[in-house]
Amino acid sequence: MFVITCPYCGERDLTEFAYGGEAHIARPHWREDMSDAEWADFLFMRANPKGVLAERWMHAAGCRRFFNMLRNTATDDILAVYRIGETPPKVEARLPATPSGEAPLGSGNDAVKVIQPGEGG
Amino acid sequence: MHGYNVLRLLREGLSGHKGWQPAWRKAEPKASYDAVIIGGGGHGLATAYYLARLHGLTNIAVIEKGWIGGGNAGRNTTIIRSNYLYDASAAIYNHALHLWKGLSRELNYNIMMSHRGVLNLAHDEGEARQLKRRVEANRLNGVQAEWLEAKEVKAFCPPISIAPEARYPVIGATLQRDGGVNRHDAVVWGFARAASAMGVDIIEECEVTGIETEKGAVTAIETTRGRIATQKVASVAAGHTSVIAGLVGLRLPIESHPLQALVSEPLKPVMPCVVMSNAVHVYMSQSSKGELVIGAGIDPYLSYTQRGSLSIIEHQMAALIELFPFVSRLRMMRQWGGIVDVCPDASPIISKTDVKGFYVNGGWGTGGWKATPASGHAFADLVANDEPNAIAAPFTLERFVTGDLVAEHGAAAVAH
Ligand SMILES: Cc1cc2nc3c(=O)[nH]c(=O)nc-3n(C[C@H](O)[C@H](O)[C@H](O)COP(=O)(O)OP(=O)(O)OC[C@H]3O[C@@H](n4cnc5c(N)ncnc54)[C@H](O)[C@@H]3O)c2cc1C
Ligand SMILES: [Zn+2]
Repeated sequence: MFVITCPYCGERDLTEFAYGGEAHIARPHWREDMSDAEWADFLFMRANPKGVLAERWMHAAGCRRFFNMLRNTATDDILAVYRIGETPPKVEARLPATPSGEAPLGSGNDAVKVIQPGEGG
Repeated sequence: MHGYNVLRLLREGLSGHKGWQPAWRKAEPKASYDAVIIGGGGHGLATAYYLARLHGLTNIAVIEKGWIGGGNAGRNTTIIRSNYLYDASAAIYNHALHLWKGLSRELNYNIMMSHRGVLNLAHDEGEARQLKRRVEANRLNGVQAEWLEAKEVKAFCPPISIAPEARYPVIGATLQRDGGVNRHDAVVWGFARAASAMGVDIIEECEVTGIETEKGAVTAIETTRGRIATQKVASVAAGHTSVIAGLVGLRLPIESHPLQALVSEPLKPVMPCVVMSNAVHVYMSQSSKGELVIGAGIDPYLSYTQRGSLSIIEHQMAALIELFPFVSRLRMMRQWGGIVDVCPDASPIISKTDVKGFYVNGGWGTGGWKATPASGHAFADLVANDEPNAIAAPFTLERFVTGDLVAEHGAAAVAH
């Protein structure tokens, strides 16, 4: 459950918002020689990172405006909120030590955390 | 491997149960394997089992970052059915149903497969028309399916409310009599035990952190327990599929979402079957321990945290109480989440890739458990022969370029 700070209305409960998916995906300019693969990449392929994700949200039960957010998908930490058209700010995130690993805290996944060689437990 | 049978149980019972052996070997990683499977869930272990059993590949390993069955395999509500709309889906899910039927015997391990019937409810005329169409499509594909009117639904599942004044009244349902549920741990352990007995190494608490390639072909993997040389890497990592593909620079049409489930306090038998409602987003069955097992919808946002929002559960419980009023007096005991890998057409990916020797099995989303044996069967075939068989062919990555999608989202009844 998140509390999201709408850049226009302030702090509101997650249930007031609709999700808009990955942000900053630009529709490619049409070209005569554009390949199907290029189109497929725009339409279907997604970054889906375990880490910092730039995403769009819409304040559906409020001002009904879209905005962008940076969130760490390994912990659900909200790192920044910024308006459509702005560039994502630089942020720091608590990332997992390995690509599929678990972040130091807050992931909800402690039970499946891998014990690395040398670590107790 | 010692077989499990009644005589053995008797003998062990009389001698204080001191003779049981671990069901599978705890293996240490070797320097090289003929093939490595990433992910020790149901699909990964089934892949290993069929690679060893049907393709003679026994110098292989399953690498699991936590413990086997600790991912979605251990978190799902185990609803099994094959009543999908399209031919390609009916083929793979019905193949799975066929394999499930013989699996306890084949593995010599009781997977507690119970064909108690699955109801998919219709709450309005539009939904009823769509479900009836699906019944006909199913029958053409040899999938067991029938239409029940509201009274017949009540007779098949007495605790359900078919009150016409309900907010979402039940006006009918499809029934797949040979659908049902099974025991998730038993499936995982049964496949692990049988694969291990044929020589497959099952390596737990070992995370794959890198994949080495040379001239576009796989040469080795890096893990938290060292480097392993291999020319074939088969990724079966469910929620982490995009992360694994990212290790070789591939982008996939997959997004990872939290999906939750919960169980009630244990009751005497009350639920004779599985009930699913897509319109109000609720799924319920009763486990053999007596708990009501209840599944929800996904959270809309992407996340790798295995929890999810309370609002989803509130929504689902409100709907459940309308359908089954007696549930309002029950206490819920446990709630959890898993990370599901969702494809835009709600169908899986079983595919080779542009990197030679790197294969992907994923995108099963909210409903891959039911496919476990068929997924492993088809994927083993692909990994062994480097070409998809007839069942896997519609599920390659190419479909996202050609546009030949298997669009089960629009076809209804796709959740779980
Ligand atoms: C709450 C819930 C309810 C569901 N209900 C149903 C249902 O009723 N019916 C149905 O058909 N389906 C259902 N599903 C979907 C089903 O569980 C999945 O589609 C299926 O289990 C996925 O395959 P798996 O068993 O191999 O996945 P998993 O068990 O998740 O296996 C993947 C494994 O890969 C491992 N892994 C990841 N990264 C790495 C790495 N880098 N190195 C090593 N290992 C790694 C993970 O630890 C994990 O164990 C449900 C899912 C959830 C979460
Ligand atoms: Zn707002």
